[in-house]
Amino acid sequence: MIPQSFQYESPGSLAEAISMLQQYGEDAKILSGGHSLIPMMKLRFATPEYLIDINNIPGLSYIREENGVLKIGGLTREAELEHSDLLKQHFPIFADVTKLIADPQVRNMGTIGGNLAHGDAANDHPAVMMALHATVVATGPEGEREIPIDEFFYGFYMTALQHGDILTEIRIPMPPPGTGSAYHKMERKVGDYATAGVAVQITIGDNGVVTAAGIGLTNVNPVPLRAARSEQALIGKPLTEETINEAALYASEDCNPSSDLRGSEEYKRSIVATLVKRMIHQAVNRANNS
Amino acid sequence: MLKEITITVNGQQHTLEVEPRLLLVHMIREVLNLTGTHIGCDTSSCGACTILLDGKSIKSCTVLAVQANGKSITTIEGVAQDNQLSPLQEGFKENHGLHCGFCTPGMILRATELLAQNPNPTEDEIRWGIAGNLCRCTGYNNIVKAIQYAGAKIRGEELPSTEPEFV
Repeated sequence: MIPQSFQYESPGSLAEAISMLQQYGEDAKILSGGHSLIPMMKLRFATPEYLIDINNIPGLSYIREENGVLKIGGLTREAELEHSDLLKQHFPIFADVTKLIADPQVRNMGTIGGNLAHGDAANDHPAVMMALHATVVATGPEGEREIPIDEFFYGFYMTALQHGDILTEIRIPMPPPGTGSAYHKMERKVGDYATAGVAVQITIGDNGVVTAAGIGLTNVNPVPLRAARSEQALIGKPLTEETINEAALYASEDCNPSSDLRGSEEYKRSIVATLVKRMIHQAVNRANNS
Repeated sequence: MLKEITITVNGQQHTLEVEPRLLLVHMIREVLNLTGTHIGCDTSSCGACTILLDGKSIKSCTVLAVQANGKSITTIEGVAQDNQLSPLQEGFKENHGLHCGFCTPGMILRATELLAQNPNPTEDEIRWGIAGNLCRCTGYNNIVKAIQYAGAKIRGEELPSTEPEFV
């Protein structure tokens, strides 16, 4: 399969790329890792007239900590997230999620910025970003602006990014001591979208009380979903089987999965409940061992 | 509109004029006539089109030729050096790591990067490492053994038995 013809541009700076995006408007698409866009172009689901390849813009790929904030460049590859020592130390959830995103070759190309900007509730990073309370940085004609992850996803393939915007950075608060995180998705086979996926980050205070919790759900809602009631069921209370079961129940009630080839609605709600329990336990184990 | 690109393929530099929509795998197979890189699923699922782009294994059916401008590519034709099979090629030969052979170039290129990153992977790491490459003949056991054999060869250790496993 061969995409429809398009004009290819490879700007060498962010300013040049933004200017091209402004000039070409809705006829332009940004090429990052390309592993969602190029398949869509081959199937003619996407037929951009201009393709703006941002891969030759320097300075968009990094993982670093600054003043208590983890900063990840939008062009950072999944494989780099997978092998980062900084992430292994503070955010074990990234090792969980990257291993389950497609396969090694795709992870050599795919970027975290593209994964989020694509706006697909079936992608895995959105739920993780919700669990980690991330902020997305969009750079456009007026400069940078921060978008909290809860205000980023609008609808099917729709995000808060405007034409002319490039997702340049993800900012995540560094977790306090006593924090653990975990992600898992049920997938039928490597490379498939999640039947359901659950991301959890949890912080336990010295007295055993949960001081912070983030829970995000993958592919069980039209847009990536924060399990807000589940978080509230945990925060401010000691962690018990009862509170964990309550959190699991709320997540399974509050999501809106559709029945499809991957399973019925009821089955997916059941998977969500089970994964919420398992991921809370996993995150807490990691918090205790950190 | 044609775009001029310069790509080093198996050590040889090529300057080509290509349509931006030309897929890298089509450039490799149809422009350069290097047909060892196969097209299986054409949807980045099967891994038959795997090549190395600046040393990283990628699926060339889902990359545009223009994206490889200024970069270096290794295909299966460039794996053997000085008429000597690479450790992986030898491993696949000695361990019956292939049957029909369709997936083999992609398997070997993928495993080349895997062993470059980690010359002593566990069986689990090998199986996750080739998770993006489908083989419909072998059941993978002999492919795993072939990669273990190549790892031992690269590490300069005693080579494991090459008794084929029939399952």
